[in-house]
Amino acid sequence: MSALLDHLPEFWQGLIVTLQLTAASFAGAAVMGLVVTALRVSPVPVLRGIGTAYVETLQNLPLLVLLVLAVFGLPEIGIKAGLLVTAIVVIALYEGAYIAEALRSGVNAVSAGQGEAARALGLTFGQSLRHVILPQALRTVVQPIGNIFIALTMNTSLAAAIGVVDLTATANRVNLLEAQPIPIFVGAGLAYALIAACAGFVTGRLERRLAVIR
Amino acid sequence: MGALFLLALAALAVRQFAANGQLAAARWEPYATWPMWRYLLGGLWSTVLAALVSAALAMAAGLALALGRLSRRPWVRRPSAAYVEVVRTIPALLLVYVVLFALPRYGLDLPLFWKLVAPLTVSNASLFAEVFRAGILSIERGQGEAGLAVGLTHGQTMRLIVLPQAARRVLPSIVSQSVGLLKDTSLGFVVSYAELLYSGKVLAAYNGLLIQTYIVVALVYLVVNASLSKLARTLEARQPRRRPSRA
Repeated sequence: MSALLDHLPEFWQGLIVTLQLTAASFAGAAVMGLVVTALRVSPVPVLRGIGTAYVETLQNLPLLVLLVLAVFGLPEIGIKAGLLVTAIVVIALYEGAYIAEALRSGVNAVSAGQGEAARALGLTFGQSLRHVILPQALRTVVQPIGNIFIALTMNTSLAAAIGVVDLTATANRVNLLEAQPIPIFVGAGLAYALIAACAGFVTGRLERRLAVIR
Repeated sequence: MGALFLLALAALAVRQFAANGQLAAARWEPYATWPMWRYLLGGLWSTVLAALVSAALAMAAGLALALGRLSRRPWVRRPSAAYVEVVRTIPALLLVYVVLFALPRYGLDLPLFWKLVAPLTVSNASLFAEVFRAGILSIERGQGEAGLAVGLTHGQTMRLIVLPQAARRVLPSIVSQSVGLLKDTSLGFVVSYAELLYSGKVLAAYNGLLIQTYIVVALVYLVVNASLSKLARTLEARQPRRRPSRA
C-alpha cells in the first residue's frame, strides 16, 4: 500500500495523461466519425466508397500496428510531432471508424421518410443531415457510443507501449522501482474501472434524458 | 469537393514519401523476395496460433461465465457478473504487464507463449461471456419452458435445447469478436513473443526498412482480418430472419 501512497504524484500525473489522451482522442474520433458517416450516407458513390474503405481498413488493423507505424514511421518521411500528439491523432483516427459504424446504424434507424421529407422541403443534403437526421440518429446511439468511449479508454493504454507515460506506463515504472505489484496494478486497474464506471453512469443518464420512445 | 480534398491529401502523402526517398524501388524490393515473406509468414503463424489458443480458452471460460451469470444461484451469479463487469474495463496491456512483471515475483514465470495468451484469455473471456449471454437470452422463453414441460432438468434444457440454438445465433458475433482477439495478439510486441508485429520489429531492426516493413505487416493484418470480417458478414446474412415475437 505504501508503494502506492509514496508515488501518488506520479500516479496523478499518469492519470492526467490518460485523461488527456482519452478526452482529446474521443473529441477527434467524434469529429472523424461524423465526417465518415456523412461520407457513407452521401449521394455520391465515390464518397460512399471512400467512407466504407476507411471504416473497413481501420477496423481491421490492430491499433498497436498503427501506433508503431506512426511513431517510428512518420519521422522517416519528415513529419515530426510530439509523442502524445501522435498517439492522440492515431487513436482518434482508429476509434473514428468505430464511431462512424455506430453512427451509421443510428442513421439507418431513422426512418427513410424523414430524410425524404427534409429533401422535399428543399433542404440540401448537408442541411437535412444536420437538422433532421443526425439529431434523431444521435439519440439512438448514446449507449453504443458510451461503449466505444470505454473501449477507447482501455485502448489509450496502448500508448504506454510506444513510450507515452500514461497510467499504465506509470504503474509499470513504479512497480519496477518498488516491486510491489499487487497494490500498484490493482490501483491502476481500479482507476480505469472508475473511469469506465463514470462513463457508464453518464451514458445511462444521457440515454434516459434523450431516448425517443417509439 | 471532398474527393478533391482527399486526392490532394493522397498526393501530399506521396510527395512526402518521395521527398524522403521512401519510394525508392530498392527500399521495397526486399519484399518481393521469398526469405522476407518466409520470416513474416512465420510471424503470422505464431499470431494465428496465439489467437486460436486464446480464442478457444476464452470461449470456454466465456461460456462458463455466461451460464454462471444466468444461474439461479446467487453465489454463482454474482461472482460471474462481477468478473465480467470488472475485467471488461481493465486494459489488456495492464494485464500483460501484470503477467510480465508481477507474477514472476510470486514465483510464476510463464513461458513466453503463455505470457501473451494468458492475459488475452483473461480479458477476452469477459467479452465472449457477454456475446454468449446475449445469444442465450435471445432464444424465445417458450423453448426453455417447453423443455422443462416435457420433463428435462434445467441442465438438460440448457444443453439440449437452448445452447444449440444460441450457438447458431452467436456465430457471426463470435467471428467478429475473434477479429478483435487477433488484433490484440499484436501485444506480442510488448511481450517479445515473435508474432507478426514483433517479427516486423525484428526485421526492421535487421534491414533498416522501417516504414516498408510496418506497412507490409499492416497489409498482412488487413488481409487476414478483412477476410474474417467478411466471413462474419456472410454468416450474418445467412441467418434465418427472426420471426417477430407475437404477443
